[in-house]
Parts: sequence; structure tokens; C-alpha cells
Amino acid sequence: MQKIAEIIRAAQTPLRIRAGGTKDWHGENIAGEVLDVSANTGIVSYEPGELVLTARCGTPLAEIEALLDRHGQMLAFEPPHYGTTSTLGGTLACGLSGPRRPYTGSARDFVLGMEILDGNGQHLKFGGQVIKNVAGYDVSRLMVGALGTLGVLLQASLKVLPKPQSEMTMQFECDETEALRRMNEWAGKPIPLSAGAWLSGVFTVRLSGAESSVHAAHNKLGGEVHEHGAEFWKGLRDHSAAFFQDEVPLWRLSLPSTTPALSLPGKQFINWGGAERWLKSDAPATEIRARAAAHVGHATLYSGDKTAGVFQPLPDALMKYHRRLKQQFDPRGILNAGRMYPGL
Amino acid sequence: MISNEVIRRLQSILPPHCLLLVREDLKPFESDGLTAFRNTPDVVALPETEEQVRQVLAACRETGTPVVFRGAGTGVSGGALPVDGAVLLAMTKFNRILHIDPASRTARVQPGVRNLAISEAAAAYGLYYAPDPSSQIACTIGGNVAENSGGVHCLKYGLTVHNVLSIRVLTIEGEELVIGSEAMDSPGYDLSALMIGSEGMLAVTLEITVKLLPKPERTQVVLAAFDDVEKGGAAVGAIISGGILPAGLEMMDKLAIEAAEAYAHAGYPLDAEAILLVEVDGTQEEVSEDVMRVREVLLASGATEVRTARDEAEQKKFWAGRKAAFPAVGRLAPDYYCMDGTIPRKALPAVLRRIAELSVEYALPVANVFHAGDGNLHPLILYDANQPNAWQKAERLGADILELCVEHGGTITGEHGVGVEKINQMCVQFGSDELQAFHGVKACFDSDGLLNPGKAVPTLHRCAEYGAMHVPGGKLPFPELPRF
Repeated sequence: MQKIAEIIRAAQTPLRIRAGGTKDWHGENIAGEVLDVSANTGIVSYEPGELVLTARCGTPLAEIEALLDRHGQMLAFEPPHYGTTSTLGGTLACGLSGPRRPYTGSARDFVLGMEILDGNGQHLKFGGQVIKNVAGYDVSRLMVGALGTLGVLLQASLKVLPKPQSEMTMQFECDETEALRRMNEWAGKPIPLSAGAWLSGVFTVRLSGAESSVHAAHNKLGGEVHEHGAEFWKGLRDHSAAFFQDEVPLWRLSLPSTTPALSLPGKQFINWGGAERWLKSDAPATEIRARAAAHVGHATLYSGDKTAGVFQPLPDALMKYHRRLKQQFDPRGILNAGRMYPGL
Repeated sequence: MISNEVIRRLQSILPPHCLLLVREDLKPFESDGLTAFRNTPDVVALPETEEQVRQVLAACRETGTPVVFRGAGTGVSGGALPVDGAVLLAMTKFNRILHIDPASRTARVQPGVRNLAISEAAAAYGLYYAPDPSSQIACTIGGNVAENSGGVHCLKYGLTVHNVLSIRVLTIEGEELVIGSEAMDSPGYDLSALMIGSEGMLAVTLEITVKLLPKPERTQVVLAAFDDVEKGGAAVGAIISGGILPAGLEMMDKLAIEAAEAYAHAGYPLDAEAILLVEVDGTQEEVSEDVMRVREVLLASGATEVRTARDEAEQKKFWAGRKAAFPAVGRLAPDYYCMDGTIPRKALPAVLRRIAELSVEYALPVANVFHAGDGNLHPLILYDANQPNAWQKAERLGADILELCVEHGGTITGEHGVGVEKINQMCVQFGSDELQAFHGVKACFDSDGLLNPGKAVPTLHRCAEYGAMHVPGGKLPFPELPRF
């Protein structure tokens, strides 16, 4: 930690923060010397009865999940692993959440506290290790999804949850419109849903909870039980499914879950009960962004030509406050400069 | 005092019925729910349109006049306490539910809508808004956003920050920002995390879109009695490590039990040192399984008695005592002062033991009501404001309790906010670097410091002075600062 702080203080030009390197492709391409934070590892504290885990940010996600699993608990935002070396810090910096997100919450929802190094190498501690805490501005959550542009994430405390006793994945044949209708209708009912997806005429849902509850819901909803449900969700979560394996640009559209079928050119894998739509398409960025914006959503480019920008542009007024926050936390523009937007 | 020029500008913006200027009209606004702090405002603006809010803020910006925002005034940390020379801007007339969309499970509302009114309006669709602060019948959603309010169901359903999808705010620079959206995330920084809980320091909220949840199919409450507070605390940990996530998990100590029973006749066992109320919700099957497991864990943890509510009436009765705990304790003494620390649950026995010692040292009784599931402790300090120095004594005892929470790895406020009340304890919770970062965040949105000045984040000088008069644990905070 001391060493990282010294490097930041001594830096005259931008640094590129990196630990496991599984998300090098994420965000804008940036120059800058690599600031390797992968040695900052270790689980600092974990008490199952408190539902709180604190770990250094270079700790591999796999290590954290294995420990939680031994105690029947989990990271309830089901973070994607885009490789075997994914770390806690990278996951939080990118603000990534998996299929369970609409039903249990996002990465930022589970963050309770954070220690960071700001752009001057100053060590700051925000939030804490308790579930309810409203002292001071919520800077810990501000760091989630900020792509390391406001601080190097050193350590985070997370709320964890008990694993459901039982899970079941079922499939239904139906078109996109019908799947979207069912996902939204079911989410408004007391059904123990924990994931909802659609791909090429097949609607897939996951139920989680007490065994009797999962079975009762299955009896009510019907559908064919997927024998390898866990692998299906993993394939969607980690982009290892066949859908993601081609050279066509990959877009992520984040939309209100009730947004109707988009009919954009290309193929889609719908996740998050309709609120996240993965699009493989050669359509121009402007068309995809305009369509997302028309539905009060936004589009992010995951793979393909980045000349039109990775993230949906912000309104000027909002960008002004982003620039001020960047100036506040990283006045010299050292940390991951430009990874999100030019000037941040 | 506020200048005549500012009054004239306000009179040109607002019709007479939207501007309060005379003492008897102003008096009701002298405090929020923390009545120990009072200050009659110079002027109260009650705008009816967003354009009026925009013009009032512009007038304040141009004349360098501070602004304090207020909802229903039910906050309990003095967040809406009037500031000398400031305009008190009450948003209560913005009380319309604009749209409820059962398909997307969202409600778009104005900031002056009452918390409970949202759930009432959503009930027709089998939906509700989860955060339920005890003041939910009166408090506004705008105030909830300002304070990041909680309630008794936070362990499972989160605080305001987890249940708000988007807010439209107006900055003191006159810019309208839409933060968040009905999608589950937004491009750029997570400014909603900054805004929610910012205690009216960064912007004023004009509109809020909240997430609605399906009402659980079934709810069940189990009551357990313990002859020892520590056993009760251990039972809470055992339930949670046993894989159950209760919707509500409340604990009361002996003094609180006695007061609640005398007041609400909830049928609580009076010989108990502590009782736990465990509420589980979900599908029929889930609740049946969870109740059985909860009962087993409670008995294994040494509960002297475990009762499952037979029907809804008994469930309500179990809750009635807990919900009446504050007014019930209020009958034991002329005044009470409610604290709001949060601690890791494992620290509960040690913290309760020390609170009992402090209670003896200060000769002030303390009743403890505890959102045990999320570690949020509400010690109620009993005192008589008519006795000389009694309030000062209660305030000092309260400060000691909050600092005790920090010592045990907790925080000075779980859900009530800092306001003016806990501003000194912020110096104990945070170091000068973090406080400076908070001031930096504030400056990004309000560089002239016009919004709710003097609240939520102390100046370093204030901390230095507090440190000089009050040295917790013998450690001098802010050793780098000069003392005066």
C-alpha cells in the first residue's frame, strides 16, 4: 500500500491501474504506465454472523467466493468473472453485477465501506463495516463504477447474504415480447425469482429459496427444468456462452425492464428480467445509442471499434459536476485518465 | 437577520400565501423532530411550482443567502433546524404522486409525498415501497432521500439508497440534473449515492422515482424471551449464520420491555431481560420452513420462551409493543433523547454493558431498543429538561454512547443523520483528511456553502475545539492542528 501511494505521489504522467488484468478491454483505451495493484491481497475479516466481509482489493474474486461458499454465503450481486484472475477491486471499479442483480441488488448496493488512495496518494477511509451507516457523504459507493478515475481501491467491506437453500432453472419456448411480458409480470408477484433471460426463442428463469418454495413456484409456473442451470447462468454472467463467441461488436444496453423488443439489427441475449440486453450488432453506434436513449437507457460498447466512444455521452450539466469531482479526488489527472470519458 | 432586499425578492417570486414572515407563523418551523434544538426562522418559503423553487434558489445565490430545505420536519438530527439569516425552503406542497407503473414496479412522486402514501397508492397493485422509518405516516420521501432513511426492514430490503431509482435535483447554480434512471444503472459516476443521505447539502430534490416490491405472500412473527441480554445477542448471530435472512429482527431490553408492556399491553414477558422479535416473510412454504428453523435456533440459543403469533391480530400485538417503544419510554420521564449508533452485532454485549455503566455514572436511566438485524442501536436516554443541566448531561451521555459505538468498529448514525446533533462526533468518526474530502465534495456542488450551512460535516476548527475540550480514550484527535 505504502509503495502504491509513493508511486502515485511521484507520478508525473497518468497511471493505468491494473490487478488481474481480466478487464483490460473495458472502457476507453488509455495510455499510461501500469500501476500494478495485484499484490494488495488478503481477506482482512469475515464473520458469517455479521454478514460482512472485508478484503483487500487485489484479492481474487474466486478466493472470496470460495470462503463464503464454505459458510453457506455468497456475493449476492453475482459478479461476472471475465477470467480466472478477476479481483474484488476490478469488479467494484467496473461496477459489474450478474444475473441476480434485479432481485437482490447491484455491486454498489452491497458496498459498506472503502479505503482508497486518491490522486495525491492520500489514504482515505469511508463508510465502515456495519450495514446501516449514514455518517458523511457516501463516497464508498461513489467509487463503484468510477473505473478507478477517482481513486485506487485498496480495501472494501461488503454485505454478504446467505446462499439460497435451493435453486432451479426452468425454460419456456416463447418469443421476445412474450418473455418480456412474463419477466415483468412475475417480478411484480411474490415469486422467488433470482434471474430471467431470453435468447433465440427460449425464455429461461431461475428460482431461489427454500426447497418447498422453489418447488411450489415451479408447479405454479411450469416450464421444463434445465439440467445444467448453473452452467447456463455462468455462461451468461461470464460471457463464456456461445452467443458471445464471435467477432461482431458486443453492446450492453441498460434499459427499463419493460422496454419493448428493440428490433435493432443483430442478435440479442436478454438478461436482468429485461433490464440488460446484450446485443451483437454491426449497427452504427449512433443508432444503438439513440435507441437506448429513446427508452431512457444507455448503451456501452464491450467489444469492437471504440472510435465512437465506449460509454453513452453525458449531458453537459452532469459532465460539469463529474469534472469537478475528478478535480477534487485526482487534481493532477493521474488515475486512469480518460478511461471513462475524455477529461475524467 | 435576513436582509430586506432578500425579503423583497422573495415577495416578488412567491404569492403571499407561500411566504411566512411573522413570528406566530414562523414559530412552528423552529425545530424538526429533535426539539432540543430550536431556532425560529427569519422567513419560510413554501413554493408551489418548480419555477418558484428555481427563482428562490436564484435569489439566494445572487444575494449570498443560505437556504435550509425542509420536508415534514420529522427528522431527528436537526437537519432541518433553521439557520440564522437563511431562507427555510419547505417542499411540503409538492405532494403529488405523479405516476405508478405496476408493470415496471415504479412510482414517480414529488418530494413532499409522505412515505406511507406511496405504499398506500401501490397497494392496489400488490406492491409497496420497502423503507419504513417509524415516522412513515408523516415523513416525506424528499426528507427520506436527504437522510437516507431506514426502518425496521433494512437488513433484507435496504435503506433509501437501495430503493430509489432516480432523482431530479436542482443545484444552487440553477442546473437541473437527472441522476439515475428507470434502468438499473446509468453512465458516469454514481451521483445518486452521493445525493441520497447528503442532508440537503448538495442540491434540492424536485422529483423521485422509487422501486416498488411485490408484497410478500405471507409474514410471520416469532417472539423470544431471554434471561440474559448476551444470549439474545448470540441468538441473532445464530439465526443469521444459520442461513435465514429475517425481514425484521428487533431486540428490546428490560426497561424498554416494561415500558412498552405498560403502554401497549403487547403480552411481553415481564421477567425477561431481553426479547427478540423475528419477522420472516416470503412465500407460504418459505415462511413455514423459516419459522421452524428460527424456533429451533432460538431454543438452542437458550430462549426461556418462544411464541409464534397465532394469527394476524397477535402479530400486530407483538409489533405494537415495539412500535410504541418510544412513546412508552417517553412516559417514564418528562423527556427522552434517542441515540442512533450502529455496531457490529458481536459487540452488542460489551456495548450494552458499558451503556449500563454510563447510565449509572450519569444517573440517567437508559432504555435500549435495537434493530438487532443490522446492528442499529437506539438507546433512549431519560431525563427531565426542567432540571438544571439535565439536557447538557443527557447530551454528554449521548456523545459518550456514540463514541463507544465508534470504538467498537461502528458508526455514530445508522439512519437518523448527522444534522447539527452529531456534528462533533463526526470528528471522532473521521480523520481530518476524510472531512476535507467531504468539504471538497460539498464544494463541487455548492462552492459558496449556501446549502444547509453548518450541518452534517464539521469544520476542522470545530473538531480541534471539540478535541480540546473532550478527549476520547486519551487520544487527541487532529494532533496536527493548532489549539485555541
